[in-house]
Amino acid sequence: MSVVNPDIGVLLVNVTLLALLFFVAIAIARLRSLFAIVMLTGAYSLISAMWFVAVDAVDVAFTEAAVGAGVSTVLMLGAMLLTARTARVEPNWKRLGPLAVCLVTGAVLIYATIDLPAFGDADSAANSHVGAMYLQRTAAEIDIPNVVTAVLASYRGFDTLGETAVVFAAGLAVSLLLGFGERSLSASHKPARANLKGVLVPSNKSDHHVVLRVVAKVLIPIVMIYALYVHFHGELSAGGGFQAGTIFAVAIVLYSLLFGITAALDAFPVIWARSIAAFGVLLYAGVGFWALMNGGNYLDYDFVLPPDDPDYGPEDANTWSQHVGIILIELGVLFAVAGSLISIFYAFAGRAPEIRDEDW
Amino acid sequence: MFEFIGERYNYWMIIGLMMIGLYITFQSSNLIKRLTGLSIFQTSVFLFYVTLSKVNGGSAPILFGRDWKGQGKKAEAEAANGATGDAVATPYGGDGHGDAGAVGYGPVDGLYETYSNPLPHVLILTAIVVSVATLSLGLALIVRIREAYGSIESDDVARADLETALAEAADRDESEATA
Amino acid sequence: MAELLETLLSWFHVVREPVGGVLLVVGGLLAIVGAVGLLRFPDIYTRLHATSVTDTGAATLMIVGMILLSPTGWVALKLVFIWVFMFLANPTASHAIANAAYTAGMEPKIGPSGDTGEADR
Repeated sequence: MSVVNPDIGVLLVNVTLLALLFFVAIAIARLRSLFAIVMLTGAYSLISAMWFVAVDAVDVAFTEAAVGAGVSTVLMLGAMLLTARTARVEPNWKRLGPLAVCLVTGAVLIYATIDLPAFGDADSAANSHVGAMYLQRTAAEIDIPNVVTAVLASYRGFDTLGETAVVFAAGLAVSLLLGFGERSLSASHKPARANLKGVLVPSNKSDHHVVLRVVAKVLIPIVMIYALYVHFHGELSAGGGFQAGTIFAVAIVLYSLLFGITAALDAFPVIWARSIAAFGVLLYAGVGFWALMNGGNYLDYDFVLPPDDPDYGPEDANTWSQHVGIILIELGVLFAVAGSLISIFYAFAGRAPEIRDEDW
Repeated sequence: MFEFIGERYNYWMIIGLMMIGLYITFQSSNLIKRLTGLSIFQTSVFLFYVTLSKVNGGSAPILFGRDWKGQGKKAEAEAANGATGDAVATPYGGDGHGDAGAVGYGPVDGLYETYSNPLPHVLILTAIVVSVATLSLGLALIVRIREAYGSIESDDVARADLETALAEAADRDESEATA
Repeated sequence: MAELLETLLSWFHVVREPVGGVLLVVGGLLAIVGAVGLLRFPDIYTRLHATSVTDTGAATLMIVGMILLSPTGWVALKLVFIWVFMFLANPTASHAIANAAYTAGMEPKIGPSGDTGEADR
């Protein structure tokens, strides 16, 4: 009996979005202007976020839209402005080798898909064992409706600790390579002059950006509150620490883009970004040690608020303690991701370009 | 034949995207374009994993309706009739068939609604965040390369390295000859 | 009076779904119109004009359609918030692009476009 999904709507959405992705990818391959390539990469991430929603992966879509389409585009733009604007054209004979390799690899992979399970099969090996078990046991053991957060934070908490450490390490490494934004503080700090009314205004402010500044002053606090909302609602619907940390970092990036890197470094100093990132990782690892000291395994949230019952065994569930544990480690993730992304942004934005305009 | 294509077309299109990303990575000498190709390749790998997790007729893996504390209109009607609405937490032992008769379709044992598999979603969440971390590190390295070599085309960088090495070897031979 | 309200409410429940669906389709078509404008117009300012008006309008129509189709009141409230945010952010983004183009020195194209067959002036 066929397991083909009879829903024509899902089929159409799938095919349309994947075709869009195809065209964007081919355009990226053909373009020479790096600015257009960076923008199209952001569009590629956004369209794949839409595709993720179409196949019911809402948490993944949220993260891909925030991280892939938001932060990655900003970072690539920052790097592009510090390096080069166009790519060199390859001679045609140099393209044959990569083309042949890719065609052969593609053919081999397509041959391998004959053995893969059908799209949407509920009985496939991937969907039957551990995945189904998480769906069955979350309500009783952890008592939150979002199964993805339950798996991410509790059942697979080690992986998430490693991921938080990776983000922190990346922030650290980028800061070591590019600095903490000190160059922008020393360069271009022009003195204030009095305007016609006798009021002192900094000379790098112009009237061009007044609409953007006014709207940003309304939107930035809303964005920060939204970051907190996403964090605390990670248990109930799509959301969680990663998305919340990214949204918070993006609010700071928006402020810095509109008011200048110097003003942003005054408002949110680099030392805060570094300390928050380190504190986040410490909080996450610390919750694990706390559980260890209370008699459980490392990162076993059943022992964050240790149970009073002396007959507590491995089959019992301590759901309130799981709640507290999950909120704490998601806070750790939020701090680590926000701090790291903000220090990465400061590192890129504060690196005053050493290339003069004639060198482009 | 149509069934075969219908089951597999997703994988084929995603493999096509992967190969385009790989081609950009191999072919371009510009380092930023290479990183872009790598990012396209990574994103299409995420698409591949999430394809494996989709279940026909399923919804997002967030418990709702009768599975979550017996909420929803159906649960209220059932509670009025005296039936229990809470989810039964059966340990692993079911084989994935629900009460729908079709093969490969229906909710997991012990649940009332059908959900997509949450496990690949978790893996891909981790992978997305790791991908932005490696992207930022790669971009930082490219910025430093630009400042050191004056260009971000890998051919120029390789040529500059070669010339520097040859000049150093020539200097060393000269100083040994005169010493 | 109460009967009139009841009749209106029952009519509303009947037309809710078709009207919501029609609004969604119209919003989508408006977005396609905007995309066609983006392709056909000659320079950045005219293209911005086409996309900013149609994109915000299409988003508004689609959100109103979704509000009519929403199952609970909470979903409708959240959609209203999304609409407010989009109404603030979309025009600001278009303004930002126009501002950047103007500050960079791009002049609007004046005169007939190349399609009339005349040489560029």
